Amino acid sequence: MMFAQDPLYAGDWLGDALITGLKVLVAFAFLLVAVMLNIWFLRKVISDFQNRIGPNTAGRWGILQSLADGIKLFFKEDLIPDNSDRFAFKLAPYLSLVPAFLVFAIIPIGGDFNGDNGDGVVSIFGHDTLLQVADPPVGVLWFLAMSSLAIYGVMLAGWSSGSKYPLIGSVRASAQMVSYEAALGLALASVLLVSGTLSTHAMVIDQSGEGPAFFGNENILPAWYLLPVGIVPFVVFIIAGTAELNHPPFDLVEAEQEIVGGFHTEYSSIRFALFFLAEFMNQITMGALLVTLFLGGPNGPAFFFPEGWWIGVFWFFVKLMGFLFLLVWVRATLPRFRYDQLMDFGWKLLIPLSLGWFILLAFIQIGRDEDWSTAQFVGLGVGLAAAFVALAGMLTLAIRNARNERIEEMEDAHG
Amino acid sequence: MTITDETPETIDGAARVRQRGEDAAVLRLSEAQAAAIGTDATTPDDDERVLLNMGPSHPSTHGVLRLMLEMEGETVIRSKPVVGYLHTGMEKQAEQLTFLQGCTNVTRMDYASPFFTELAFSLATEKLLDISVPERAVWIRMLMSELNRISSHLLFMATNGMDLGAVSMMIYGWREREEVLRFFEKVTGLRMNHNYIRPGGVAADLPDGWKGEIEALLELLPPRLEEYDVLMTGQPIWRERLQGVGTLNTDEALALSATGPILRSTGYAWDLRRDQPYLAYDEVDFDVIVGTYGDCYDRYAIRLNEIRESMRIVEQILDKMPSGDYRVQDKKVTPPPRIRIDQSMEALIHHFKIFTEGFKVPEGEAYACVESPRGELGIYMVSDGSSTPYRMHVRGPSFINVQAMPHLMRDSLIADVVAIISSVDPIMGEVDR
Repeated sequence: MMFAQDPLYAGDWLGDALITGLKVLVAFAFLLVAVMLNIWFLRKVISDFQNRIGPNTAGRWGILQSLADGIKLFFKEDLIPDNSDRFAFKLAPYLSLVPAFLVFAIIPIGGDFNGDNGDGVVSIFGHDTLLQVADPPVGVLWFLAMSSLAIYGVMLAGWSSGSKYPLIGSVRASAQMVSYEAALGLALASVLLVSGTLSTHAMVIDQSGEGPAFFGNENILPAWYLLPVGIVPFVVFIIAGTAELNHPPFDLVEAEQEIVGGFHTEYSSIRFALFFLAEFMNQITMGALLVTLFLGGPNGPAFFFPEGWWIGVFWFFVKLMGFLFLLVWVRATLPRFRYDQLMDFGWKLLIPLSLGWFILLAFIQIGRDEDWSTAQFVGLGVGLAAAFVALAGMLTLAIRNARNERIEEMEDAHG
Repeated sequence: MTITDETPETIDGAARVRQRGEDAAVLRLSEAQAAAIGTDATTPDDDERVLLNMGPSHPSTHGVLRLMLEMEGETVIRSKPVVGYLHTGMEKQAEQLTFLQGCTNVTRMDYASPFFTELAFSLATEKLLDISVPERAVWIRMLMSELNRISSHLLFMATNGMDLGAVSMMIYGWREREEVLRFFEKVTGLRMNHNYIRPGGVAADLPDGWKGEIEALLELLPPRLEEYDVLMTGQPIWRERLQGVGTLNTDEALALSATGPILRSTGYAWDLRRDQPYLAYDEVDFDVIVGTYGDCYDRYAIRLNEIRESMRIVEQILDKMPSGDYRVQDKKVTPPPRIRIDQSMEALIHHFKIFTEGFKVPEGEAYACVESPRGELGIYMVSDGSSTPYRMHVRGPSFINVQAMPHLMRDSLIADVVAIISSVDPIMGEVDR
């Protein structure tokens, strides 16, 4: 079995091990620093939204604020409630932290995809390698697997606390994450239909170069998947991703105003900090994945490509910051969903929407492979649409009937 | 829905409320029984039900309100508000304080709208003294009341936004409230707990340039309120969260003696400013805002529009503010002017007596009520002819509105509970006098 598709593993084993170790170390350190800066960025930007100054004391522009908070939390007393299941209580923070680190391994953060060697390969100490920790053939499935694992952290934390608010938070977490994972997976499946590969590196290469012609000019549009995949999976991915991150307006798992802190109510000291480390790390990873899947990863726009590996890193971060800013913007603006509304939104809107779009993409893909004529496309399309409308109509009727029955029942019960 | 001024049949509502209390809304358990349920995880008859204590210290219980919620999953079956965690015996304390000192005491009850308790206290005392205050004092009192209504409702906007997760709203609401409080500080010297409205008038005349400041305020607020409309009123998530949540109908609201925005949200236009005019409210033009559905959204919208109505009143006060004295010239109640104290020994003694011994109030009893931002705020005062009240009772709208909570919360989710607490807008200082 091939561990990863990386030119590195053609060389000698000692060099491989050292370079891989170096990459792991860099990714680890990068994530920690990025989380620190992400928290600072969030607090600075949201205070701008709210006419406040925000952190301004620790370091220049308060940039060291999260470091100071981290150190403070590290020296705080670690409380474990009497009612808790001690083993699970201690295990839970790691269960959410470790997957958060691991997901980042598959993200290509740089490399030159536009120059002469347009495959993103860079040379470190004479060894050719990729600017990502690993490029396994399972690719983005690794992300789905890890984000499913991370739920256990939140779930066990709430369950093991032996307290009621965390328990509610934990029940909310498991339901919310499972249902939004479905929408997330369907949005991702649409991308896979277009890319034909799971490997993140292959996807980024596929998205490099010039895109489809735009009014005869081939230099304007990039070859990002956003264009062939369409806006719907992109938006669904952002929304479902936000929900997956427990980020407002989907932060029901924590919902300070309702269930105090949800799953982390009983946590203190460094264990508490670990949850937040994981949460902010997941924001970065989710953004990075969004950039990789839809926005071409380290690929810059086609009209601007100086050479060198750093230009990939630059574009990657520009896009990532865009996503992180969007998150802060949403956090500052929207009120929180209610639990049942969240479920409705996920199951009744996002999942059908992304599933429908997936079928549409598959339809187009098949048509292209089979060389259908325009008439065939239109005919089949109309037939398919009619079937959809009929199905949707039947569903609506069924739902309306069920609701009327419920209302009647309630009226009977309450007079 | 048409708005009628006739009193609807309350017997019906009372019966329904009683019914609800017996089988659904109100949790009737003693602390000991509740504790037994809380610790015993395997309650024999119904182990699906959990008793959750929300508060007294919880991020969204507006201070120290405690709610015992009997829940099935996230659904609240029955609930019971527990009050008293902020009890400081202010009503009892009033019996030790003279009528002049009384205002410093009552102003600390409803700390979000202090002018109204001061006003009710002063009106009750003036009824007993049988004096009428000069025109200018009346209009100053009205001006301060309406500005206070604005600041109190702005505080509601802030906390309501925060409770529903719109965290920026909290800062925006406070930002605008601060502008109003700045004016209060200029007039009274304090941002809260002013002790400005006193028996016999007000403590001081309005400062120079007050008109300009209020005009600036009236110019500043409308665009900010439109911002709220964008952030909240038209926001789909906001509407989803509030519409149809925590409903009450007119009969039930009357049976629970709920007043203020809660009663008005059910479509019953009851506003003391219009229905039992005090001060000079019959001389200004304003609308009483009513809702239709009696839900949290109506209560939110009523408060938002009451800010606009109050601004309308303030505008009229600006035009109509009469000149004259700001307090009654009654030697029994009013201390002599500062300059007289330097000139006359008798004036000095008079001043000293008024502020130490206080003035004597004739025997009798009086009830005065005002429309505070939370509903009918009344003060019932009994005097035995000495310089301190024999008994003072406050009808606090927050306290009485809290008893509507279990009925609003029945069969709702935890998230709705938070929205309902917020929309009842209790001030715990007034609940626990």
